[in-house]
Amino acid sequence: MSLMSPSAMSPGAHLGANLAQPVQAQFAEPSLAGVGDYIALLKPRVMSLVVVTGLVGIAVAPGHLHPVLGFAALLCIAIGAGASGALNMWYDADIDAVMTRTRTRPIPAGRVTGSEALAFGMTLSFGSVVVLGLVANWLAAGLLAFTIFFYVVIYTMWLKRSTPQNIVIGGAAGAFPPMIGWAVTTGSVSLESISLFLIIFFWTPPHFWALALLKSDDYARAGVPMLPVVSGRAETRKQILLYSVLLAPLGVAPWLMGFAGLTYGITAIAGGAIFLALALRLFRAGEAPGSDKIAKFLFGYSILYLFVLFAVLLIENRVNVLLGSIG
Amino acid sequence: MDDNKDAGNNGEQDGIVLTEEQKRRRRARSVAIGLALGALVLLFYVVTIVKLGPGVLRRPL
Repeated sequence: MSLMSPSAMSPGAHLGANLAQPVQAQFAEPSLAGVGDYIALLKPRVMSLVVVTGLVGIAVAPGHLHPVLGFAALLCIAIGAGASGALNMWYDADIDAVMTRTRTRPIPAGRVTGSEALAFGMTLSFGSVVVLGLVANWLAAGLLAFTIFFYVVIYTMWLKRSTPQNIVIGGAAGAFPPMIGWAVTTGSVSLESISLFLIIFFWTPPHFWALALLKSDDYARAGVPMLPVVSGRAETRKQILLYSVLLAPLGVAPWLMGFAGLTYGITAIAGGAIFLALALRLFRAGEAPGSDKIAKFLFGYSILYLFVLFAVLLIENRVNVLLGSIG
Repeated sequence: MDDNKDAGNNGEQDGIVLTEEQKRRRRARSVAIGLALGALVLLFYVVTIVKLGPGVLRRPL
């Protein structure tokens, strides 16, 4: 049996000065990884968001796409997103090991080795991009490849450990799926798909910073320069409010641009107003005892907001298509 | 040389012996890989038919 060096387990370990050593050394023993561990590497919860937003991009875009090809393309987008999650966990195993939220993930828990996760992530990345190119078109495949590259190299390897703006710029990776979906159907990038991109792009900072307010000790221990760690909690609450002010009107943009209907418009206005009200409440709460509770509520609500917005856009579009085919 | 001799005398201890749990998990992984490959075969078949339609059989020989 050969003992692997800690750096072999955690490729990113050398970058964080305050990082603790990995919780346990890894031995080249027969793997104890279960199927569930490999599914966990794909970050299924993030993947569900990618599936919803990617599906909306495919379905709402003008033009016809055979449902089988649409399903195959969506599968590729989902697998590509999952692959980038696996590569993120491979690189961030050292950080994950010292954070309470992530220390039970397959690599820091010792169930999957770093090299297994790397091979898994690279294989799925390559496979999802090639199959998407063959099933749909190479613009969509190129966007998916860029998304994986952006999330793994630009966000995970570079920004996450070097700047409190990590989430802002890195958020672009999570915003690409509807644009990829749109490109699957139309073979192009348009203002409509850019507006869907911008909604997720401006949604990401308040969403993550609400969580970071709750887990700032974790991030500080791991040496990750999240905004609350670097600039303080008051500045973070201010930034959450500023991004919410930008997000609320952007959420309404699809209706104003004419590719979403009145139901979507009303939902986006009401949803955005609640988002803004929560951000304002959090800002005004300061360090009051209930502040963390509001941050937790805002984090949960932000997920609901994005899901509902895209779900209404999708349902409304399908209803219109159905009514159009009947009429 | 001595190591080889020892290995020969204790043949049953050579190599890695999997525990029951390791065997169970390896089998689960194998089944999952098999199912994933089967699903891919089916997906590629259906996608090929959808993309090419009847033209899949009409090709220059």
